[in-house]
Amino acid sequence: MRTVRVSDDALALACGADEVAAAFERAGCVVERVSGWGMHWLEPLVEIDGTGWGPAGAGDVAAILAGTSPKHIGTIADHPFMARQQRLTFARAGRTRPLSLEDYEATGGWAGLSRARSLPPGQVVAEVIASGLRGRGGAGFPAGIKWKTVADTPGLRKYVVCNADEGDSGTFADRMVMEGDPFALIEGMAIAAHAVGAGQGYIYVRSEYPHAIAKLNAAISLAAAIVTPFRLEVRVGAGAYVCGEETALLNSLEGKRGEVRAKPPLPAVAGLFGLPTAVNNVLTLTALPHILSPGGADEYARLGIDRSRGTAAIQLAGNIRRGGLFEAAFGMTLRELIHDIGGGTASGRPVKAAQVGGPLGAYIHPDQFDLPFDYEAFAAADALVGHGGVVVFDDTADMGAQARFAMEFCAVESCGKCTPCRIGSTRGVELIDRIRTGARMPDPVGALPQMHNAPKAARSREDDVGLLEDLCETMRFGSLCALGGFTPYPVLSALKHWPEDFL
Amino acid sequence: MSDAARLAEIVARHAAREGPLLPILHDVQHAFGCIDARAEAAIALALNLSRAEVHGVVSFYPDFRALPDPRPEVQLCRAEACQARGVEGLVAAAEAAAGERVRLSKVYCLGLCSAGPSARVGDRVYARLDEAALVALIEAT
Repeated sequence: MRTVRVSDDALALACGADEVAAAFERAGCVVERVSGWGMHWLEPLVEIDGTGWGPAGAGDVAAILAGTSPKHIGTIADHPFMARQQRLTFARAGRTRPLSLEDYEATGGWAGLSRARSLPPGQVVAEVIASGLRGRGGAGFPAGIKWKTVADTPGLRKYVVCNADEGDSGTFADRMVMEGDPFALIEGMAIAAHAVGAGQGYIYVRSEYPHAIAKLNAAISLAAAIVTPFRLEVRVGAGAYVCGEETALLNSLEGKRGEVRAKPPLPAVAGLFGLPTAVNNVLTLTALPHILSPGGADEYARLGIDRSRGTAAIQLAGNIRRGGLFEAAFGMTLRELIHDIGGGTASGRPVKAAQVGGPLGAYIHPDQFDLPFDYEAFAAADALVGHGGVVVFDDTADMGAQARFAMEFCAVESCGKCTPCRIGSTRGVELIDRIRTGARMPDPVGALPQMHNAPKAARSREDDVGLLEDLCETMRFGSLCALGGFTPYPVLSALKHWPEDFL
Repeated sequence: MSDAARLAEIVARHAAREGPLLPILHDVQHAFGCIDARAEAAIALALNLSRAEVHGVVSFYPDFRALPDPRPEVQLCRAEACQARGVEGLVAAAEAAAGERVRLSKVYCLGLCSAGPSARVGDRVYARLDEAALVALIEAT
């Protein structure tokens, strides 16, 4: 009997993988449900003895089994999209059954944890610092330094919290880890707990990821005996984007409104319930089993460029021909990623823009596509690497409308704690509307006789643009967190590169 | 079992956890379809909070509702990646298909960004939707 492997990742399911799997079972095959390879344009991807077919439908089953299907893509691991990657965090993607402890152990699972536990915590922290691992959530803060702070701060108890509130549009790497390799995340959290001296961990997952929640809960009960005495629990978010901000996330875990806290104190000093807490992104924690394996830290530090070490999980999304997960050392250019690897737009039209780093990331013009994927290079170009999502737009995109959406999104999702974000975003939507419609209404309040200093004539377009830039500066420097603070990136980048879309 | 007893049972199930409010609210929302004033008051009493504190949390999160809405729900992703794949062009047809019968709600990202436009109904997700597929999905809900 032939063994057929089909992914049970949410994206494969959304594209009909269950129907394909059922059709193979009816044809008398044994179907193994594995994680996704990350080649999303080929899902549902069918694998038989290393060879792939995709995107497969239930109607392709007979032809695939007969070897006559035109959807044949050859050996999956040799596919050009795979061959150019360097998979460390996603080494198991497509190769193992997500909830099989047997598969996990057979592919080197728990080796990092057992080595970490044989070392004093201080040395684990030192190895992570030496690896150069930086927080993958977006801010890029050195993970080891954060842990050193947690470890050095006295506290009754300490916590490790995994930020799995992956709300950024264009990102799905966290979801792929949680659904495809949940034990790797658990192992990473257990390593972090050993390093900082924590006994309890929480994984805060957004409610939009029901499959990830189910897989994590199952994986935690299967692995409980292995990671003990460390205890882990999944907590489910409730639809608030801002809870991806670490202090809002901690408030939400405590059972409060997901409002941002002022920093300092840093969560590393006073985090969950006021106790020292290491808050890390899924990808940061999942990088640990490799880094703590023998020689792992050195290998990690050798990859990448400048201060961006190791590999980046780049997510190619939006209007792109070959979308999916691409893990490679830092330093690849956007041009290579979007054109060579992604194959340009799915619609076949010219690329107009790429938004990197989620809804708070800048819109990047094709003229800037030689930017290397590197935290500092992006920052120097007024852009963000963020969580590594790349959303491609074709030439039908209206960048003025995208800028307006950025402000609108901020207004919808603002937690309301600080004024620049809460009020500024609403005023931003109004300003962009005024700039785009050309409405030149004199301000009725300004026309009142007692408003001596108010201008009596309507503002010109240039005045409105100046006001928008001024508002963006206030939001950027006056907001408590990245939601209000980074919303100006997409707005100002759209205004700078595509002023014609604001007419 | 009366509503009050079911509520007490949900609270008791989570009371020993750290920060039990959100897990309780999720279960109450799931069991009753909403978290109304009486539920808020009972939860507040059990957790030694003020009702204002509980109401503040309920009203903060989009997943929690103060009033029940028995209509089936279809969540349509309207974030940037799905916009880039043309979701906004499907909205008018989706709204027409949903009418008053189906609650068509906006969601910002289902994490299927390379295969949008995408939607979610309960725990099932759908990707690569075109107008016909989305309308059929809404009509079948």
